Order: sequence, then C-alpha cells, then structure tokens
Amino acid sequence: MADYMNQLVFGIYPYVALSVFLIGSVIRFDREQYTWKSDSSQLLARAQLRLGSNLFHIGILGIFFGHLVGLLTPIPVWHALGVSAGAKQILAMVAGGVFGVVMLVGLALLIHRRLTLPRIRATTKAMDWVVLWLLLAQLLLGLATIPVSGQHLDGSEMVKFMTWAQRIVTFQGGAAELVAGASPIFKLHLVLGMTIFLVFPFSRLVHIWSGFAAVFYALRPYQVVRGR
Amino acid sequence: MSHFLDRLMFFSRETQEFADGYGVVTREDRTWEDGYRNRWQHDKVVRSTHGTNCTGSCSWKIYVKGGVVTWETQQTDYPRTRPDMPNHEPRGCSRGASYSWYLYSANRVKYPMVRGRLVKLYREARRALGPVEAWASVVEDPEKAKSYKSRRGLGGFVRSTWDEVTEMIAAANVYTIKRYGPDRVIGFSPIPAMSMVSYAAGSRYLSLIGGVCMSFYDWYCDLPPASPQIWGEQTDVPESADWYNSNFIIAWGSNVPQTRTPDAHFFTEVRYKGAKVVAVTPDYAEVSKLADLWLHPKQGTDAALAMAMGHVILKEFHLDRPSQYFRDYVRQYTDFPMLVRLAKRGGHYVADRFVRASDFAGALGQANNPEWKTVAFDEAANRVVVPTGSIGFRWNQKEGEDQGKWNIEEKEAGGAPTKLALSLVEGRDEVVPVAFPYFGGIRVEHFQANDQGSDVLVRNVPARKLQLADGETLVATVFDLTIANYGIDRGLGGGHVAKSFDEDVPYTPKWQESITGVPADQVITVARQFADNAHKTQGRSMVIIGAAMNHWYHSDMNYRGVINLLVMCGCVGQSGGGWAHYVGQEKLRPQTGWTALAFALDWHRPPRQQNSTSFFYNHTDQWRYEKLTVREILSPLADPGEFTGSLIDFNVRAERMGWLPSAPQLGKNPIEVAKEAASAGMDPKDYAVNALKAGTLRMACEDPDNPANFPRNLFVWRSNLLGSSGKGHEYFLKHLLGTQNGVQGKDLGAEGGARPQEVVWREQAPEGKLDLLVTLDFRMSTTCLYSDIVLPTATWYEKNDLNTSDMHPFIHPLTQAVDPVWEARSDWEIYKAIAKKFSEVCVGHLGVEKELVLTPLMHDTPAELAQPLGVKEWKKGEVDLVPGKTAPVMTVIERDYPNTYRKFTSLGPLMAKVGNGGKGIAWNTEREVENLARLNYTVTEDGVAKGQPRIETDIDASEVILMLAPETNGEVAVKAWEALSKVTGRSHVHLALPKEEEKLRFRDLVAQPRKIISSPTWSGLESEHVSYNAGYTNVHELIPWRTLTGRQQFYQDHKWMLAFGEAMCVYKPPVDLKTVAPIRGKKPNGNPEVVLNFITPHQKWGIHSTYTDNLLMLTLSRGGPIIWISETDARKAGIADNDWIEAYNLNGAIVARAVVSQRVNEGMCLMYHAQEKIVNTPGSEITGSRGGIHNSVTRAVTKPTHMIGGYAQLSYGFNYYGTIGTNRDEFVVIRKMKTVDWLDAPAEAAAEAHG
Repeated sequence: MADYMNQLVFGIYPYVALSVFLIGSVIRFDREQYTWKSDSSQLLARAQLRLGSNLFHIGILGIFFGHLVGLLTPIPVWHALGVSAGAKQILAMVAGGVFGVVMLVGLALLIHRRLTLPRIRATTKAMDWVVLWLLLAQLLLGLATIPVSGQHLDGSEMVKFMTWAQRIVTFQGGAAELVAGASPIFKLHLVLGMTIFLVFPFSRLVHIWSGFAAVFYALRPYQVVRGR
Repeated sequence: MSHFLDRLMFFSRETQEFADGYGVVTREDRTWEDGYRNRWQHDKVVRSTHGTNCTGSCSWKIYVKGGVVTWETQQTDYPRTRPDMPNHEPRGCSRGASYSWYLYSANRVKYPMVRGRLVKLYREARRALGPVEAWASVVEDPEKAKSYKSRRGLGGFVRSTWDEVTEMIAAANVYTIKRYGPDRVIGFSPIPAMSMVSYAAGSRYLSLIGGVCMSFYDWYCDLPPASPQIWGEQTDVPESADWYNSNFIIAWGSNVPQTRTPDAHFFTEVRYKGAKVVAVTPDYAEVSKLADLWLHPKQGTDAALAMAMGHVILKEFHLDRPSQYFRDYVRQYTDFPMLVRLAKRGGHYVADRFVRASDFAGALGQANNPEWKTVAFDEAANRVVVPTGSIGFRWNQKEGEDQGKWNIEEKEAGGAPTKLALSLVEGRDEVVPVAFPYFGGIRVEHFQANDQGSDVLVRNVPARKLQLADGETLVATVFDLTIANYGIDRGLGGGHVAKSFDEDVPYTPKWQESITGVPADQVITVARQFADNAHKTQGRSMVIIGAAMNHWYHSDMNYRGVINLLVMCGCVGQSGGGWAHYVGQEKLRPQTGWTALAFALDWHRPPRQQNSTSFFYNHTDQWRYEKLTVREILSPLADPGEFTGSLIDFNVRAERMGWLPSAPQLGKNPIEVAKEAASAGMDPKDYAVNALKAGTLRMACEDPDNPANFPRNLFVWRSNLLGSSGKGHEYFLKHLLGTQNGVQGKDLGAEGGARPQEVVWREQAPEGKLDLLVTLDFRMSTTCLYSDIVLPTATWYEKNDLNTSDMHPFIHPLTQAVDPVWEARSDWEIYKAIAKKFSEVCVGHLGVEKELVLTPLMHDTPAELAQPLGVKEWKKGEVDLVPGKTAPVMTVIERDYPNTYRKFTSLGPLMAKVGNGGKGIAWNTEREVENLARLNYTVTEDGVAKGQPRIETDIDASEVILMLAPETNGEVAVKAWEALSKVTGRSHVHLALPKEEEKLRFRDLVAQPRKIISSPTWSGLESEHVSYNAGYTNVHELIPWRTLTGRQQFYQDHKWMLAFGEAMCVYKPPVDLKTVAPIRGKKPNGNPEVVLNFITPHQKWGIHSTYTDNLLMLTLSRGGPIIWISETDARKAGIADNDWIEAYNLNGAIVARAVVSQRVNEGMCLMYHAQEKIVNTPGSEITGSRGGIHNSVTRAVTKPTHMIGGYAQLSYGFNYYGTIGTNRDEFVVIRKMKTVDWLDAPAEAAAEAHG
C-alpha cells in the first residue's frame, strides 16, 4: 500500500500535474484570452504593494530559478563544472534561505494588504486566496527543509531529488522509489509543488508565462506594425 | 486559428522589415480587436429625446443592443437653416449623453410601490368592504390616517400590483369626488412641451372627472409677469438661431454656456461675425468669460441699472438727438402717445388711468366697448382720435362697426390715417407737478438705499386740458410721463430731474452707482452702444435673459426695466433684436391641437385649472406664517385704508371677483350644490349666486383650513414637486403631508401677529391635508419618497411622445427604443388603466352627475373686458354678483362618471360641434376630426363613444395633436390665419398658404425633426426669410399686441397697479422676509455665523437637462449637495472649502458642503437648484432630521399686482398670469457644522429617539 501511494504521488501525480499545467495553459490561452492577466490590484490600492510585490517577486524568481537549475541540470554537468554535491547543497541552502526570507517578507505584506484593505478584500477571488495560501505554505515548507538538509550536508538527499526530477521529465522509470525514504517535510514540499503546477492554469499564475515571454520584448525591432 | 498555435509559427512567420530593420510588419492574429469593434456594434438606432424641461430639446440617437439600451449620441439631421446662417446642430451635452444610465440604475422604480402602513390598512378593510368603502374607512379614521401620513418620507414602501394600486387610486378619487367634490382631486404636472402626450394623459383623466390641473410656469417663477403686462403675451421669444442676426447682445442674468449649452454655439458664432456681447451677472458666471464687458450689479438691484440705462437712451436718442427710427417705432407700436388722466391730489397731480373713448360725451362715436378704447392726439390735426387696435376693437365686432379694425395700422377708428403725437410739450396747456412714488430710499438690511429725502418725487410734466363728460381734466401722454419718471430734465423746471448723468437724481447712472455698485461710465457706455446699434440696424439689439432676475419679489421691475430698453430702441419684433427670455421648455408649439386632447375639451368645457402659487401658498398654510405686510409694498401715493389685510386677503378678493381661479372652488361639493339647486327647482348657477350673496355658501378660499376644503388627492407626474419647485418645502411636509419637517418659525397665531381679514383663522393648523399622494416617475426622486403610491413610468426611451422648444423651430418625437423595463408603463397607459378602474369602481357611487364649475375671467376671451375703469367687490355690496362680470364664470357640467374610460380613449363630439381655437381665435375643425377618424379608426363598441375617432395608444394621441394644430397641419394654419384676418381686417393667409398641403404625422417626425408651420398662436414666423422672433407679426403684420391699448405698454393703469406704485417701472429694493433675525444666534454650535442672501441658480450638472442623482454627472461635481460662498464670507465664518455647512432660517435648514470660490460675491451664497436630498445628505443640527432641499429655507410670498384680473391683458390665463413663486429675497444663516450625523439608524429607532 505504501508503495502504491508512493508511486501514485511521486510517479503518476507529477504527470497529471504537468499535463494539466501544459494543456490547461494552452486551452486557457486559446479560449479565455481576456482572463489571461495578472489581475493586479494596483489601481485599487497602492498601499504596501510596491514593497510587498517587489520583495515577493525577487524572492520567488530567485527560488524558481534556483529550483529549475538546481533540479534539472544533469549531474555530470555539475561534475564538469567542478561543483561537488556538498558545495551545491550549501549553495542551495544559503541562496534558498536568503531568497526565501525575502519572499516571505513580501508575501506577508501582500497577504496583510489583501486581508486588511476592504476594497482589495472585496475584489479578491477564491482562487486568489488558494494561490496565496498555497505559496505561503510551500514557502514555509521550503524553509523548513533547510534544517533537514543540514543533516545531509554531503548532498546525498539532494542528489536523490535531482535524479527524481530528471527521471520524471525524461520519462524514465523508477523515479518514485528515489524519494520513498525522504523526510516527510520534503515529501510534502514536493506534493505542494506539484499542486501549484496543477492549479496554475486556473489562476492568475498564468501571467508567469507572459512574464517570461515579455523577455522577447527587449529583442524586437523598435516599431512593430500589424498587417491587415 | 488558435492563439497558441499562431504564436508557434516562429519559422514561417511572415514578416517584412523596413527602416533598416528598425521596423517590422507582422502577420499576427488580430481577431482580438473585434472585442473593441463589438463594443460599438448595435442592433438598432431609435430617435428619441429627453423630456426634462430642457430648452435644448435635442434629438438623440438611442442605441439598442440585445434589447438593452446601451448609449446615446447626438442626432445631426435637423433641417438646415439658410445659406447665411450656421445650422442648429451640433446640439447635445453631457447631461443628455448620460441619460441612458437611468434605465437600469438602482434608482429606477421597477414596480408599483405603496406605503406599507397604508396598504396594510386598506387590505384589512378590503376583506369586508368594497374599494370605496375600504378607502373611506382608512382616511376617515384619524388614528389610521395619521399612522401612514406621519411616515411619509421615512421609507416603508412595499411592492404591489398594478391591479391593486389602480384600485386604491380609483377608490380614493371616487370617494373624494363623492364626499368632498371633484375639485378636491388635484394634479400637478409641468411643461407639456417636454412630453405632450404624457402630460395630456393625466390632465385628460383629471379633466374628465372634474379634477384640477395645476399651473407650473408661474409657480416655477419662470413666468415674467412683465410679459403679460407689457405685451398681453405669456412669453414669446426668439429661437437661438436669431441670436446670430443680432449685433449687440446683453446676456442679463442668463448663463448661456452653462444652461443653454446646445444653443451656445450661436452665441459664440455671432461674436465671430462681430457682435458685441455684454454680460450682466452679480457673480462671475460662466457667460462672463464670453463677454466683452462684465457688469456685476449687486444681486437684486438690476432694475436700478436698467432704469439708468433707460435714462441715458431716452435722453440721448429720444430728446437730445432723436432717432427717427425709434420715434416712428414707439409712435406706432407702443402706448407712448396714449393719453393718461392726471388726478389732482393736494398740491400736485398723480398719473391715473388711460383716457377712454367713454370718458367723452358721446364716447367719440364709439358704440362698441368705448370704455376699452384708449385715445391720443393726432399730431397734425391737433385733436383727440381713437386709434384702432385697442382691445375694445377686438371683441364684439359687428359688420359696419369695428369689423376688421383690430389692427395697428396708423388709422383712427373712422378709417382716416393718423399720426399720433408722442409728446404734448409743444401744444401744452400747462406744465403741472406730477408726483411719482420713489422706493429707492427704503432701507432694507444688506442692501444700499439711496435716500432722496422723500418717498414721493414731484416732477413737472406737460399737460393739456380735455373737456370730458365729467368735466375738464388734465391729460398727459405716456411718453411725457415716462420722461419724467426717468428723471430727465427737458427744460420744464421743477425738481428731481437731472441735466447731466453725473447728478445723483433718480434714475441717472450716477444715482444707481450707490445701489448697484456698477460704475456710471460703464452704464453710459453700454446704454449708448446698445441704442446706437439699434438705431443703425433698426432694432438688432437683444437681451438674453434668464429667470434669475425674475425670481425676486419685485421681478416685474427688473424685467420691465429691461424690456423698456428694448421697446424704446425699437428692438422688439425685429430680427436679431428683442427680449430673449429663456427658462424651460415653455413653447408648446402645437398648443391648440394639444389643449383639446389634454383638457378633454372634446367632451367637457371648460376644464378646471388653477394657479399653483396661490394654491400652495394657501394649502400648505404658508400664509399662516406671512411676515410681509401690504403696508411695506404699497405706494406712498395710495390710500392705505383702501388696501388693508394681508396677502392672502388680496388673493381671496381676487378669487371672489373672478380674477384668479380657485381650487377647491366652493366651500361645498359642487355636485351637492347642483343637487340642492335641483331640489330647490333652480338653475345651479342662480342657486349658487343667491347662496353666495346670502353668505350661506362661501368660496373655499375663505376657509382653507376647513377639512371640507382640503385638497384630498394629489397626482404628481413628470415632476419632482417636493425635491425641486416646492417653495416652502418644509411647510409642504408639515401641513400638506403631515410628516417630519423642519419648520422653525411659529405661525401668526402663536406669534400674535395680525391675522387675515377675509380668511377664517383656525387655532389648530391642520397637518396632513392630503389623503393620497400619487407620483409617477422612473426614478426614486424626493417626491416619490414622500408619496403614498409610486407608479413606475416609462423613461424617455420607452414611450412615444412629442417634444418642442422655444430655442429651435422643430417638433420631434420621443420614441420607444425598448419596451418599458420591469413593470413600468408609459404615462398614457397608466392613466388609461386608472381611468378604466375608475369607471368600474365608481359604479354605485357616482353616475351621471351635474356639477358647477367656476372659471376666472379669462384673457383672450370677451370676459377680459369684464371690469373696466375701477375695482368693485360684490362681497362688499359695491356691485351685484354677476357671474362672468363681477365674479367667476359659472358653468354647469354633466359628467358621466362610469363612461370615463370610454371618453378617455376616444375623441369626443365637441371638436366637430364647437370647433377649436386658441388665443382668442376660433375655427371649424370638422375636416380634421374626419381625417382622424380615418387615420385612427372609430370606436365600434356601443356607448357614448360610438363612431368617435379612437385614441387608444400614445401614437394615436400624438396624431390627434398633430392633426388639430395649425403648427403641424397647414390646412388648419390657413384656417387660423383666415379667422384672424377677419378680426384684423388684414390678410394674413400668405404666411401659411405655401404650406397648406403639409401635414405632419408622428412617423414623419420619427424620420426627421420637422420645422413647424407659422400660425397666429405665436407672434413669430418660421420661414425661409426670417428666424423665429417674438413680436414679429405684431410689427410686420400689424396685428395688435393683446393689451388694453393694443400696443406694447410702458404704462399699467389698473387701480391696483397704481396703488402698488407700478404704473411705470421703478426701482424697488428686495423685500425683507424677516426669517433670519429671530433664529440668528439662538441655536449656537460654537462656530461663527454669517448671514447671506440665498440665491438658487441653475447648475452645470443637472436641472433642466438631467437630475442630481445621476451618478455619472455627480462624479463630475462634488457628488452631493453644495453651496457656493465667497472667500471673504468663508473667512468670516471659519469655513474651508469642502467643509460641511448648514444654511438655515425660520423656514428650515439645509446641509451641504461648502464650495469656497472667488466667483461668488460677498454677501450672497449660491445653492444650485434641485439638488436631491436623496444623495449624500446628512442630518441637520438645527432640525434633527435629514437636511432639506434648497427650498427648505424658502417660503412662497405672493404679490397683489399679480392677482389682478378681468382687465384686458391683466386677466387670468393658465400659466399666463397670476401669482409667482418668488424666492430670491430670502436670507440664511450659514455656519460650519460641528457634528455630521448621517442618521443611518433604522427609521423606527430614529423616530423613537426623536419622539
């Protein structure tokens, strides 16, 4: 039964979440163009937004790229770069911790603002709360993993997670077994992480796609004219 | 295809570079742009307009999408003007463009609503009783009646059904008619021109059941009594396009760009053509920025300024270097040559009445109406002649005698040409001292007096002796009297006349300086340029005037002062010249077609009509608080012993003598009177005359607080009576409605003041006179909140109707863009439903009933010749009571109550039998009735209406108006001009012949607004050659003005006019209404108080264009009630901009935010008219209840000279003459509020807290 659950949660669920994430994003982009937005509440109230939003975004972008690079870069590449698993573990803990705290401050400000300003509160949708609380929980779990990782400064646990992630995205079997023995905090962190992918297409998180796509703005010619 | 896949076409993306790669043309998907395109797509566009008493009267395109009105834009398809003139379009403004908001707003009345407590009582009673008995059981039980009346305005509406509310209304009407009389059912609706059919719906119902339709023009104080006094005309003005024909315009108290927005373009365009523009406004109103010169006299002193300008013009252009044009004009078109008797009064003389033909032995050969024919000297023959055109020639014309002599050709009665002498200075027998009353020395707090040492100024006037039947009498011409009145020295010696403009003598430019504050040199410059332009252009000088100056107690003096300028310069009746008085949509162009429908003249004549000012003054018990005594306004030359009593006494006398109408009329149910007469075997008229003489029957006006004489039912539709025009708002609430109010003062009983003489004084003033207040509206207005039943009516985009204005010559429709939403219905359908229910409910209570209707001696009927030469009261035994002569006209009318609905929905037989007409002209209308029968089909159902043309729908009703009116049916226009030609002896049909075949139908108007056809109902022409201009046909067709002399009158010779010192124009300072001193400093809140004059002009964001609860417009202002004050007064009172302030006096209190502005003069405050108390209004510290509306601090005050009747142009006409609701003389205490209490506890709790 434990194997079954492990396989379901860490072997099957990732694919469910990723499928919903990708296909859901495409469908929403195609069918609901007018809902594809960040739903900024800046027009309604600027209070706390500038500081909160900036801290939050700096923090979460740091963490996002940390996870992306940290999890998906093949281990031989790290070897080639001369970064040992132990060193990478330290780096992950320090950088993740710093960005995590920055994000935590930002997120706390945003949640406080959303709770206390009546106009913002009145215009907040249920999914906005889901996303906010989900992110907060995930962040706290992430920060809670730092002491756990402190018990594995050699990076051995971390390598397991890297391998798990890479197997998942490269469709190799045996991914779920790798994390079967991990600390429950990590496991919970993984589950919530996948859940964020799951709710992604149904929330304002879709603006992340556009956020990254906006990078291309810098590369376009000065004047763009749409033909008939 | 797919937004996503499209983005993936990275490699095949068709792009074209340009500008060396700095630019790129892409082929990406653009379907998203349709979202913006669809925003402006619509299913249909429908033509309609806004029935909001806006003179703009703009036609609009209403866009409908998916059955919903989405927005509106301006129509641009008005028929064009002429090649040398700008067109009428563009027309429209932001107020109109925001109207569609109302349709689906939270303010919309969606269902029939009824006061909860009332309907509960009615439903309980209804279980055991019929509708009428149930109604009686509620209203006749004082406990029950009080329980719902005292809750008016405090919420508590519940939703009802059409069936139930129409039954309640019908039951109330039937009960009231049966128990108290049909003249106790009252209807108030203003301005038919804004939606003629909607007005007609209610007035037709009321007229059929014998109810009373109330006037509005006089009550709104938009009626300038000066117009009927001078011209015998209610009001007639140029269309705005005629401004473009002017060369010199004075905008006098008219804020053209703000309150005439769609027409203001003509004002700016004519400036490009080179016209000079002068603005005269006390505050820096928006119009000032468009003017070359801004004169700012102290508010309320305009007459002094106008008199000084008249002084300059008379001296320079009539005496020193006479303008031939001016002299010819005043000789032919004014009463200047007419002779006035001088009466000996001690050591001097006073100007008395006009000399009449009847004064001579043998009446100068005049057999017909000699006492109504004025006389003058022929210049060459040096003898007295009777010039044609005076009102004696108008009526009772006979072949060979006066037939065709009512015209102002320069001829005498015998037919010989004559040139009348303007002045007697050449052939004078004597120079005599004549006394003129002077009011400029009266001291009124806050206004500067100019004391000349006496209130009587004696000046020398050239006179001749005439041998009259009663002996030798001295006479003078109006011209000579006018020169003396204006204080101009012409070398005849004597005092109180000025040689130069620098002497401080009434009425020089120097004299007015201390009163108005306008520098004398500016007065001289403007007067000189104004006259010089008129002289050179033959009358193209114009005064655009708003109602602002007309709202003062002595409005007549302000207006007569200005009109005199125009008349002495020959501007009236000339293109680009004249008096351009604009207020609301007064000009109901197809009036004579409409009157028949609206007052059910096709079934019964005459209808009951009442002047509202007197009505509300009496029935809201404002007279019980009157502090203005007659002594204060009487001329120093009058005998105070002859003019005793208070203002209401004068009104009562006027009603008894048939001068003013009455409602209710007799102190008894007129159906009862008829029944008593029948049992006595007498004609009801004779019976009533005997009873009145014996004193067993009295007029209702003599005892207005007697429950038998209460107005019982009141319909209000197309109006916000309680939120807008109701002067003395708090008195309405207290006495008429019997609910929470803010009246601060005590009545005369409690104060120990002088009580009226003619009126029964009841110690306990009644509260809650009205049993039922029904309001029809599409929005929850202030009036709705105080009503018992609110009926949801169609908006202007949901019904079919007609609309005209005085600003342009077009008639155009309101049309139904969508069906009325929720349970709303058009006014036509609502009154039809009430009529139907009434016809059912009345069975068993009312059948075929006879009743007695009283009507005053009406203008434009032979009755206007009823009382020549003097004032005699039958009540005092000075004369016998003769209906139609010394008392009101009495008519017995038979009403078939169960057939009310059948009569409502068909055109009755009187149109074909008796004909139609208006303004004293009558014509046959058989062919029009036939045409209507073919157009609308006839009633096939058996009964009174069988075979009559049908009037089922609002479009049917529109067709009746259009078919019967000369303005929309060329054939009728020709008939009307022919009828007039018989009386004037001059052929006028050429004015309509080219359009004889033109007939406008409702759908023609839907296709495009149409120009009206010229008709004798109006004094202007609409043609290819001239723009519409008032008085044009008088001057160019020689049709007399409908006055005593047949000419424009500088002189008013009625006994009461003489007594109140208004025979000629004089300056009178505002009156002291005494409402501030007793309360000032008595209810301190710790903040300093200032006393300011309370002025209520029209605003930028509402009134006459939309209402002040439109959120779109409120967003552009401050979003709630505001009062503008000057920086100086704000400093004195420690008020900062946007502070909450309170304005109050004995009449009540208002709360508002302060707008502190340089625009406003010290000593006055401006509160824009009709800011709803339903938006953003907290509680008052003074009253403890919610802050009021602008009229919470006002009280109506009547003026005796407006009550005159039975005397040529000074005769009553509905909305033509009568008392007016003045309000500008009022002062208020203003102070910053200490606590702003929003009173947002539930009404029940609040009521307990306040007891």
